[in-house]
Amino acid sequence: MNANARPPPPRVCNMAVDKPMVYEYTPWSRGGARRERLNRKGNDKMTASSNVMGGTSYLDLRERMQARDRGLREKVMSLTDAISLVNDGDHMAIGGNTFSRTPFAAVWEVVRQKKKNLTVSRNITSSEGDMLLAGGCTEHYITSWFSQGIVWGVSKVMRHFMESGAVRYDEWSHMSIGMMYRAGALGLPFMPTRVMMGSDMARLVADDIKEMDCPYTGEKLALLPALNPDVALIHVHRADAYGNAQYDGLPFMEADLALAADKVILTCEQIISNDQIRRAPDQTKIPFFAVEAVVEVPYGCMPHECSGLYEPYYSHMDYYAKLTREKGIEGANEYLQEYVYGPEDWNDFLNRLGFSGIIEATKAGRRLYSD
Amino acid sequence: MTDTVTKSKCSTAELLSVMSSRILEDGTLLFAGVGIPLLAATLAQRMHAPHLTILFEGGVVGPYIESGKLPPSTNEARTSRMANMVPSPTDVLALLQRGYVDYGFMGGAQVDQYGNLNSSFIGDPADPKIRLPGSGGGNDIASLARMIVAMPHEKKRFVEKVDFVTSPGYLDGGTTRRDSGLITGSMHKVITDLCIMGFDEETKRMKLEALHVGVEVADVIENTGFEPILPDKIGVTEPPTTEELRILNEIDPDGMYLT
Repeated sequence: MNANARPPPPRVCNMAVDKPMVYEYTPWSRGGARRERLNRKGNDKMTASSNVMGGTSYLDLRERMQARDRGLREKVMSLTDAISLVNDGDHMAIGGNTFSRTPFAAVWEVVRQKKKNLTVSRNITSSEGDMLLAGGCTEHYITSWFSQGIVWGVSKVMRHFMESGAVRYDEWSHMSIGMMYRAGALGLPFMPTRVMMGSDMARLVADDIKEMDCPYTGEKLALLPALNPDVALIHVHRADAYGNAQYDGLPFMEADLALAADKVILTCEQIISNDQIRRAPDQTKIPFFAVEAVVEVPYGCMPHECSGLYEPYYSHMDYYAKLTREKGIEGANEYLQEYVYGPEDWNDFLNRLGFSGIIEATKAGRRLYSD
Repeated sequence: MTDTVTKSKCSTAELLSVMSSRILEDGTLLFAGVGIPLLAATLAQRMHAPHLTILFEGGVVGPYIESGKLPPSTNEARTSRMANMVPSPTDVLALLQRGYVDYGFMGGAQVDQYGNLNSSFIGDPADPKIRLPGSGGGNDIASLARMIVAMPHEKKRFVEKVDFVTSPGYLDGGTTRRDSGLITGSMHKVITDLCIMGFDEETKRMKLEALHVGVEVADVIENTGFEPILPDKIGVTEPPTTEELRILNEIDPDGMYLT
């Protein structure tokens, strides 16, 4: 036997590795006064709700979960009743991404119920974010991108609230948001990653990010804190009365988000039987025990899209973009009066959007899988 | 010259798309944003790189972009059409971290001499003139892939130091990127409507590599907010061909991104 072919010596895990170095970022300091104000606002918020980010006690997290009834039970209720489960001051996470599978009806109802002091997180934020800002529901946004969509330019409503410092915008990279939900879903306090370092982004969120030298390799890693939202709003294609949820198309971060959150409020295009779920359990992406409410809301993403069922109601989104581009926050307030506070109920909102446009969006949406 | 078109005969978007498409190699994996990156990647697939795989941060692996049906964002159903796989955004972006991805391709509001990109703030971040939408996957992609950036060449966009580093280039030049913990990824090329820029191996400062036909070095200097490195040998690019422009306009007949 060739001596060179001998296997390498077994790898010994040296438990006496040097204690990894933890690096704390210096917060963004230029133009001090406003930044201090921003930080203070942030710190007040952190004190008010210790459940936003980083440092959540694992035992508290488990205790809250243990306290929930996780049995197989029916949870179908009205949109109004479901959203009444959102409390002022909650960290509320939103499923979907940009204008895709947005739980728009659920967010719309949050604004109608005039929830206050929410911390809102979403991977990428579209016009539902404008609604929450203009509706006075939130003082703290955690997201990676905020505007209706790239083709409509920068949101004047986002600018109005963020530039003045009235609302805190914690900007993380897209993957970071996903990794923070994943850490939350895994019951771990943080996720090590190789992003957010070097750039100025870490300094913007300096209170919530640390770096570490890897105890195995010595490489620098950014430690992203777990996000465990109080409540997650998620829209899906199908769910049963217990909350077993299935969705098609781009999965986005729903699976992690649902498990990271203390509870899920589920809206769906269609309620199906538990037998149908059991015939295709491989399609179930969210388990019933994560869900606290199930609401049947056909076209519940409108004017955003639901993959394979309907595309966005583009002319309405053009209309909204024009209204806010020309009138800024006044435009957003007009929109709220006409489309959020004005309608009798969600179906009346759809009436105001217009039947023919919904049909066009449906035809375009179905075409996705028609060949 | 019958099959090529001079700069004056095509738009900035067409020029950026064509010039960018040519440097995309067949068989590679590429993270693309919408707009010019998407047009360029699709054009490359139709021309010389049929095995170029596009990834979108919304969670798409290898879509087929149908002419005339361009998606208005990287995160919606149209992007998933005829895709090979639709993972979560977390998992598709984690492919960068694992090392599967060759190139990242995006635009930006501002770029500086070290290739740092800003898509977060115009003005002082603590008291901004404009709050821009933010990073999206930009920071992830720039931290972990070889970056190609396409943008119009304007003095206000090509600045000495960006107001805020959203997506890291070479940070303060030299070894500062690597020292910060970003041990992979790099700034590869910056494509503009005037020229193609690369980066000096030592200092990591932006350097002029090639001019488009009809453009002088003075035009580049005049429209750049810092002094780019001017090497002795500066190339000249081949103008867009009529074939490239025809396919490009076939891909985007409604001018969603071309106008």
